[in-house]
Amino acid sequence: MKSGLLYALAVVVLVLVALGAYLAMPETSKPELDQSRTRTSANGLYVAAIEPEAGGPKLGELENWILTVKTAAGKPVDDAAITVGGGMPDHNHGLPTAPLMTGHLGDGRYRIEGVKFSMSGWWELRFDISSPAGSDTAIFNLVL
Amino acid sequence: MTARRTGWGCAALLASAILSGCGGEDFTPAEKATIASLSLADLPPLPADPTNKYADDPAAAALGATLFFDQRMSRDSVVACGTCHLIDRQFQDDLARGKGAGVSNRRTMPLAGVAWSPWMFWDGRRDSLWSQALTPLEDQREHAATRAFYAHFVADSFNERYQRIFGPLPDLASVPPDAGPFGTEPQKAAWNAMSAGQQEAVNRVFANLGKAIGAFERSLAPQETRFDRFAAALASGKSTGADAKLTAEEIAGLKLFIGKANCSTCHNGPRFTDDGFHNTGVPAVEGLPEDLGRATGATQVAADPFNCLGAFSDAGPEACGELRFMVKDSPRLTRAYKPPSLRGAATRPPYMHSGQFATLDEVIDHYARAPAAPSGASELHPLTLSERERQQLIAFLKTLAN
Ligand code: HEC
Ligand code: HEC
Ligand SMILES: [Cu+2]
Repeated sequence: MKSGLLYALAVVVLVLVALGAYLAMPETSKPELDQSRTRTSANGLYVAAIEPEAGGPKLGELENWILTVKTAAGKPVDDAAITVGGGMPDHNHGLPTAPLMTGHLGDGRYRIEGVKFSMSGWWELRFDISSPAGSDTAIFNLVL
Repeated sequence: MTARRTGWGCAALLASAILSGCGGEDFTPAEKATIASLSLADLPPLPADPTNKYADDPAAAALGATLFFDQRMSRDSVVACGTCHLIDRQFQDDLARGKGAGVSNRRTMPLAGVAWSPWMFWDGRRDSLWSQALTPLEDQREHAATRAFYAHFVADSFNERYQRIFGPLPDLASVPPDAGPFGTEPQKAAWNAMSAGQQEAVNRVFANLGKAIGAFERSLAPQETRFDRFAAALASGKSTGADAKLTAEEIAGLKLFIGKANCSTCHNGPRFTDDGFHNTGVPAVEGLPEDLGRATGATQVAADPFNCLGAFSDAGPEACGELRFMVKDSPRLTRAYKPPSLRGAATRPPYMHSGQFATLDEVIDHYARAPAAPSGASELHPLTLSERERQQLIAFLKTLAN
C-alpha cells in the first residue's frame, strides 16, 4: 500500500514536471505555425497576401497594412468588403485596436489602417472577405 | 533549471567577492533582448502631442505647473491636482481611493511617464493629457467646481499670463459665476441658459487651462532605477559598479517576470505597460457602483467633446488613429483596465484600480490563483509559484523602485 502511494506520488510529480515544461515552452517554438504572408482562404475562394505598408511591424505602433486579394485562379478581386479581426490565441485577448479597410487601391489591393500589435508572441490576423465570388476568411499567423 | 543555475552562479561569484556583473552570461539571447526592451534606455523620445499646440511652450508649462498646485482651482479652495498627485510621492496619494471634495471610486494614478500614454485613466476614458485635466476639475468628488468658475478665476488671477500664451480672453461679464454641464442642478441650468457663443468662449478658456496643465505634465519623465543600470551594464557587457547590481534573488525574479510568470506580456516596454486594456479578474469593491472598466471608458472617450477629433483639438483626424481605430464594442472590454507602469510600484501600495490589494504579496497571490472575474472573462491563466518564487518576483519589482 505504501509503495502504491509512492507510485501515485511519482506520477503526480512527473505530470507536474511535464506541465511545467509545457508552460515554460516559449510560444515561438511552436513548430507547426505557418507564418507565410500569402495564404489561401479557409474555403479556398481567395488567395490573400499581406504586407506592412511602411516596413515593420513594430511593437506598440499603429500601422497600415496592404492586403491583396485574388481569386483562386489568380484574378485580382477589387470589389470586396473586408473586415479585420484577430488576437492572441494563447492569451485570451483580441487585437488591441479595431483596424478598418479604408482604401481600395485597385489591382486587388486594399489599405488596412489601425493595426497594432501590443505584445510579443503569436498573433492571428483574420480577414473576412466578401465579394460576388462569395464570403471566406483568410487567417495569418504573425510572431513578434 | 536556468534560474537555479543563475542562483548558484551568483552565489559563487558573491562568495569569491568578484565585482564583475553577476549572472549576465546566464541570460539567453532572447532574455537579453527582453531585458533591453524593458530598460529606460529603450524609452522613445517624448511623443509629440499634435492635439495641443501649446504642448511644448515653456510659458504654458510654467502656468500649468502653477495651476496644478493651486488649491483655488476648486469649489472650496482646498483641492489642487497636487492634493491627490503628491509631488514627493510619485504624484499619487497612497490611498485606496483618491480624496478631494469627496471620495473617488478609483485609485489615484502616479504620473511619471504619463505623456507617453495614448489613453488616460484606468479605463482610458480620455485620450490626451489636456482633456484628462478637465475631468477632475468638474468632478463633484474632486475639484467640484464648474468651467465658468475656472474661466472667471483665470481672468481674475492669471489674466496677463493667460493672454500672453493664448491670446485675448473673452468678455466674461455676462457669464454666470458658476455654470457647467456637470455641476449641481442650478449650475447646469445656468449653463443651459448661456448662449452657444458664451458656452464656446468658456469651453475655449477651459480647454486652454487643460492645455497648460498638459504641457506641464509632459515634464514628468520616468526616473532611472537600479534595474535600468543593471540592464545597461548587461547590454554593454561592461563590468558594473555596486549600484548596477542585482542579487541572485532579484535576477531569479526578473527571469520569472519575463518567463514562466508571463508578467512582461502585458507589462512590457520601458514603461512596463502595453497601453492596452485587460481583464485580470481583479475583484469588485463592495458598496461601489458597478465598474465595467474599458467598456464604459471606450464609450465615454468617443463621446468626449474635448477628444482628438473634437473642435478644441489642434490636430486633424490623421493624428487620431488611436481614437479612430479603438475597439468599441467587444465583450473583452468588460472590466478591462490599463496595466499601470510597475516603475516605483513596490513603494506605492495599495494596488489596482480601486486599491483592492494592500501588498505585493496579495498581488502575486492574485496572479497565481487567477480567479474568475466579477464580470467579463479574465485573461489570466493560473500560475504555479512556490513561496520562494513569489518572493523573487517581489524582489525584482523592488529593483524598479530605487
Ligand atoms: C481627488 C483626487 C484627485 C484629484 C484632485 C486629481 N486627480 Fe488625477 N487621478 C485621480 C484618480 C483617482 C485617478 C484615476 C481615476 C480613474 O481612472 O477613474 C486619476 C488619474 C489621473 C491621470 C491619468 C493617469 C494615467 O496614467 O492614465 C492624470 C494624468 C491625472 N489624474 C492628472 C490630474 C490633474 C492634471 C489634476 C488636476 C486638474 C488631477 N489629476 C486631480 C485622483 C485625483
Ligand atoms: C493580462 C495582462 C497582465 C498580466 C499577464 C500581468 N498583469 Fe499586472 N496588471 C495588469 C492590469 C490590467 C493591471 C490593473 C488591473 C486593475 O486595476 O484592475 C495590473 C496591475 C498590476 C499591479 C498593480 C500596480 C498598481 O500600481 O496598482 C502589479 C504590481 C502588477 N500588475 C504586477 C504583475 C506581475 C508581477 C505580473 C506577473 C505575475 C503581472 N502583473 C502580469 C495586466 C497584467
Ligand atoms: Cu497577449
